[in-house]
Amino acid sequence: MLIINNLKAAIAGKNILKGISLEVKPGEIHAIMGPNGSGKSTLAAVLAGRELVEVTEGTVTYFGENLLKMAAEDRAKEGIFLGFQYPIEIPGVSMVNFMKTAVNEHREHKGLDPLSASDFLKMMREKKELVEIDSKLANRSVNEGFSGGEKKKNEIFQMAMLEPKLAILDETDSGLDIDALRIVANGVNKLKRPDNSFIVITHYQRLLDYIVPDVVHVLYDGRIVKTAGKELALELEEKGYDWIKNEVENNILT
Amino acid sequence: MNGKSEVTERYLTLYKENIDKISAVSSPYINSFREAAFEKFRELGIPTKKNETYKYTNLNTFFDHDYKNYFMPVTSDFVKAEEFRCDVADLDAHGIVLLNGFYPTINEKLRQLPSGVWIGSLNEAAEKFPGQIKKHYGKYAKSETDGLIHLNTSMASDGVFVYVPEGVTLTKPVQIVNLVQSDDDMFNQHRNLIIVEKNAEFSIIICDHTLSPRKFLTNAVTEVFVGENAHFDIIRVQNEHNAACKITHTFIHQEKYSVASSNNMTLHGGLIRNSMFHYLGGEGAECYSYGLFLADKWQHVDNFVNVDHAFPHCTSNQLFKGVLDDMSTGAFNGRILVRPDAQGTLAYQKNNNILLTDDAKMDTKPQLEIYADDVKCSHGATIGQLDNDALFYLQSRGINKHEARLMLIFGFAHEVIQNIKIEPLRERMDNLVKQRLKGELSRCASCMVKCG
Repeated sequence: MLIINNLKAAIAGKNILKGISLEVKPGEIHAIMGPNGSGKSTLAAVLAGRELVEVTEGTVTYFGENLLKMAAEDRAKEGIFLGFQYPIEIPGVSMVNFMKTAVNEHREHKGLDPLSASDFLKMMREKKELVEIDSKLANRSVNEGFSGGEKKKNEIFQMAMLEPKLAILDETDSGLDIDALRIVANGVNKLKRPDNSFIVITHYQRLLDYIVPDVVHVLYDGRIVKTAGKELALELEEKGYDWIKNEVENNILT
Repeated sequence: MNGKSEVTERYLTLYKENIDKISAVSSPYINSFREAAFEKFRELGIPTKKNETYKYTNLNTFFDHDYKNYFMPVTSDFVKAEEFRCDVADLDAHGIVLLNGFYPTINEKLRQLPSGVWIGSLNEAAEKFPGQIKKHYGKYAKSETDGLIHLNTSMASDGVFVYVPEGVTLTKPVQIVNLVQSDDDMFNQHRNLIIVEKNAEFSIIICDHTLSPRKFLTNAVTEVFVGENAHFDIIRVQNEHNAACKITHTFIHQEKYSVASSNNMTLHGGLIRNSMFHYLGGEGAECYSYGLFLADKWQHVDNFVNVDHAFPHCTSNQLFKGVLDDMSTGAFNGRILVRPDAQGTLAYQKNNNILLTDDAKMDTKPQLEIYADDVKCSHGATIGQLDNDALFYLQSRGINKHEARLMLIFGFAHEVIQNIKIEPLRERMDNLVKQRLKGELSRCASCMVKCG
């Protein structure tokens, strides 16, 4: 599904990603962990098509296509979804209008007719129930005045609406209390299918109690320094990141 | 004086040549204001950029021009007016169609609506309601700096009069559709007076449309009296072509515990200047002044707001927004004056603008003069581009960049539109703004002039 090969990227001339290689197959959940500043969010931004990030080297292939050549909106329509670490507030744009426009753009891309108003509202209702989002939130402007937890739940709701093939969740768990965390994780688990994949970027192991990853990567200083099964997350929780940092600096890991 | 330019001379001559004709069709009481106003105009002249409140607006392109058609109300039946149907679905309003600011027909120039509200020609009203006219006419439209207000008082021959007697509540708004049409270039001045007495409630929608592709200049003055505990809303929809210049001066005088709101929706026009004067003349009065404009090509839109807190415990809120495309220009000047006795004042002002190109230009100037100490005041002005983070957020959901931009601009504009209390009109404004942003004509279906 997704093959990242020796990806290097910079923001405002500063090298952030220093050669990342990674393959995600259909049905897999990958967790990317790592200390602050290691490049996790930059990786998510590159995959989603943020122009702010400049790719200097390497390739990203998505279903055989060169992902880096695609505009952000085309990536979305091809099934990539980014759950933002800091969802943006957009005053004056209603959630309903936002989602209707997005869903219909996706449908048009697939050669389908736009949804009728009643079908769309029905879909909204079903997905709201699925991710346990307060139905009042959908009547407000996008993220405006939402609490941190509401914003994150709203990301999961949007993911449910758009049914992506590859969802990248950028620290969706940060700042969530345990109830919100459970709702977010349940949303992911309910949406998981054999043909779609997740990249879950997280700082904490806690989320991985609810979302069980197939693979855990540790990102440090722009490189993936360790890849293992889900037990790696527990080890990190126990030992912290200093252990990784020390190993990298002592060149024990390659 | 600084105003004695050649342009001003043009209007001094115009007055001398036409004053007899104008006076002949006007009420003697209204005529009695003309000479003094003319002297004041002679002193102040047509505002130039030296005038602080017109610093960013060049009036000469419209004032330094020979107009063929002036002032006079058309007395013949106006066929188009009869044919004109506002196509705002579900807008249940008392409709009135004016031609160039005047009543187009000679019949029924002053009528009473079922609820007891009187509406009609100012000249007619001066005969029927001399007491009301004497009490309010010329009492609120005052200025020591703006010659245009005096130019209007000296030469305006008629306009709309509304009288909402004490305790009368008009559940339906009055909608005035003002059609601007002439076969020749035209300069037009009208004068409106709206009286909303104690405990009354009234809202009015004024829609301006240009119907013929000539050069138009309008200089209109509206005086509003809002009595104790009365409620008043005025909504203007300005949709004129690029060769039209519209200058409005609106003076809203409020008594204690009254609530007034004004909403200026400027969708299209060559040069637009709206001056709002809010006088909070009694304890506990509230006023809300909103404005939105969308400008492109060489258009220029200037909003001037003056809120005068003269009594304690009054509230005022200004929200003005502008979206400027191409090489359009705009100005905002918002003044809040809190007089020494106006303790417990709450006064807010916000002016946000989006420039869509490098060539568009906006000047914004907040002006706070506070002479009381127990006051809560805030103001904020921004001029910027679209938020790239928000743009990316929308794109990341599959919305193409062009559509995403439109959504953001629309959302920006909607924050002003949402303050319109009349729902069908609010929806129509949303749609007109959407059409306008898409580059489609934002005119109503009945209008036959292409504004682009």
